[in-house]
Amino acid sequence: MDNKDQAQHKVEQIARLARIEITEDERRSLGGQFAQILEYVDALKQVPVEGVPPMRGLHKNDAATREDRVVPSALPPEILRNAPARKDGMFKIPKVIE
Amino acid sequence: MKEFTEMSGVKLARLIAEHELDEVQVGTASAARSRAMDADLNCFISVYPQPIKGEGDSALRGVPVALKDNISVRGKPLTCASKILSGYTAPYDATVTVRLKQAGLQIIGSTNMDEFAFGSSTENSCYGPTANPWDTGRVPGGSSGGSAAAVAARLVPCALGSDTGGSIRQPAALCGVVGMKPTYGRVSRYGLVAFGSSLDQIGPFTTNFEDCAHLLNVLCGADPRDSTCASVAVPDFTAVLNSGVKGLTIGIPREYYADGLDSQVRAALEEVQEVFAAQGARCVPVSLPHTRYAVAAYYIIASSEASSNLQRFDGIRYGRRVPRDSLGEVYGYSRGSGFGAESKRRIFLGTYCLSSGYYDAYYIRALKVRTLIRRDFEQAFTQADVLLTPTTPAPAFLRGEKTGDPLQMYLSDVFTSSANLAGVPAVSFPCGYTREGLPVGAQLIGRAFDEETLIRAGNAYQQHTAFHARIPEKYGPESV
Repeated sequence: MDNKDQAQHKVEQIARLARIEITEDERRSLGGQFAQILEYVDALKQVPVEGVPPMRGLHKNDAATREDRVVPSALPPEILRNAPARKDGMFKIPKVIE
Repeated sequence: MKEFTEMSGVKLARLIAEHELDEVQVGTASAARSRAMDADLNCFISVYPQPIKGEGDSALRGVPVALKDNISVRGKPLTCASKILSGYTAPYDATVTVRLKQAGLQIIGSTNMDEFAFGSSTENSCYGPTANPWDTGRVPGGSSGGSAAAVAARLVPCALGSDTGGSIRQPAALCGVVGMKPTYGRVSRYGLVAFGSSLDQIGPFTTNFEDCAHLLNVLCGADPRDSTCASVAVPDFTAVLNSGVKGLTIGIPREYYADGLDSQVRAALEEVQEVFAAQGARCVPVSLPHTRYAVAAYYIIASSEASSNLQRFDGIRYGRRVPRDSLGEVYGYSRGSGFGAESKRRIFLGTYCLSSGYYDAYYIRALKVRTLIRRDFEQAFTQADVLLTPTTPAPAFLRGEKTGDPLQMYLSDVFTSSANLAGVPAVSFPCGYTREGLPVGAQLIGRAFDEETLIRAGNAYQQHTAFHARIPEKYGPESV
């Protein structure tokens, strides 16, 4: 399967994984662009990387820790003010259990 | 009243300190001018009814500043130029916001950007595109295009942006201002909406290196709220402003001057080398052999991180929710209608690269190439103190020119994304104008935590040239 077929085939599956509903038009346009982008990034397959470690972390001492001490954080009412739906000091969501 | 649009931030602050200018009037005038000019430029998402003024003091006290709309200001809307964040109000200040307040600057508003910083032209904004002050038919670059345009049009002397693959430097180049991406870990990202967590960095836009140095003094330093913010001593960046470039070795990476570079950009960069050489710097050729793979590695890594970071926008805790009966449908429809096309493309690419069966072939391979790119820089910095390159292959392009071709848009980052991958600091500054009157940007790239050499060289350049003082015709001197 070439990149374009692969991409068209994959778009629906990726949309499910990414939890994004897309329209039929988007499915088509994303599929085409996606194939083109994949073809471009496939250039990395030409780079010899045997024995090269993947780069994780930027500097020696990054991920600094601080003293483990309780500090005040934003208060629930301020956080909840942004919620699209709330009830009794909690986020309100549709029923989860079918 | 004194003319203030031409003034640097430092000079404005001095006149305020000497009571030649009134701080409140300066803030009000800057906001009023921003509102008036925004009809053409659309560089602001919001100009606040009243500037937010800190009580503290610094060499920039009283100076108006604008923040890219992915940086939190308590009590103000934060949109990331996305419909999915409509109605969201920041419940806390970003650390950089706190620092600006503590330094006494006045925040006058939030600037336009590509949605979630995904873009190189500020056309991917749900609030419409920003125009380039040098030619309003052209893009200002992106994703921090609003901040770059606001400084170029002298609406504010300084602004903040964020840079994941060039989003400060590329618009700075296209708008003819100074824009710096500090070293990864130099500036706290607490309160910045995350895009690519191993790449993102907040940095300043200014018209000159003196203001840049002062603003870095305000912004840099460790933060207990950001574990990736380095506990490295912060120097006084203004101390090196007049150190000059005598004895400095400037590396010229040959891969950045290959075929395809715009001839006027090439000519401008050659003149920059001559200016440095005339002041006693030595220019030497160097090589960054993996440069041609940087954009591909960058797009895999940045999109992978973005797909993970943007999972939080699901219509549950904040932002826009599309009501549906099941939770899964709430997620799917809220995200489907809330994200714009480019955000979806990036999330899809990242989701794909991290998915089972493709993780090693794409994501891990990109991280290995990233190691090679970093090693290129380590090698180059054994031969040179700082590297000089063009910031972009060409000047500002026309609005709409690249919107139909995402890949061409991505290639706008070809000279900027390597510095993010390597975590090193880099700055763009104006170094000339094309025959059409469009600014050309030069980029200096330094060793990790060596912003001082960038400031030292950049200020030496500006002391011997006047490109940074040029103002787009429509936005010239005006009275307070």
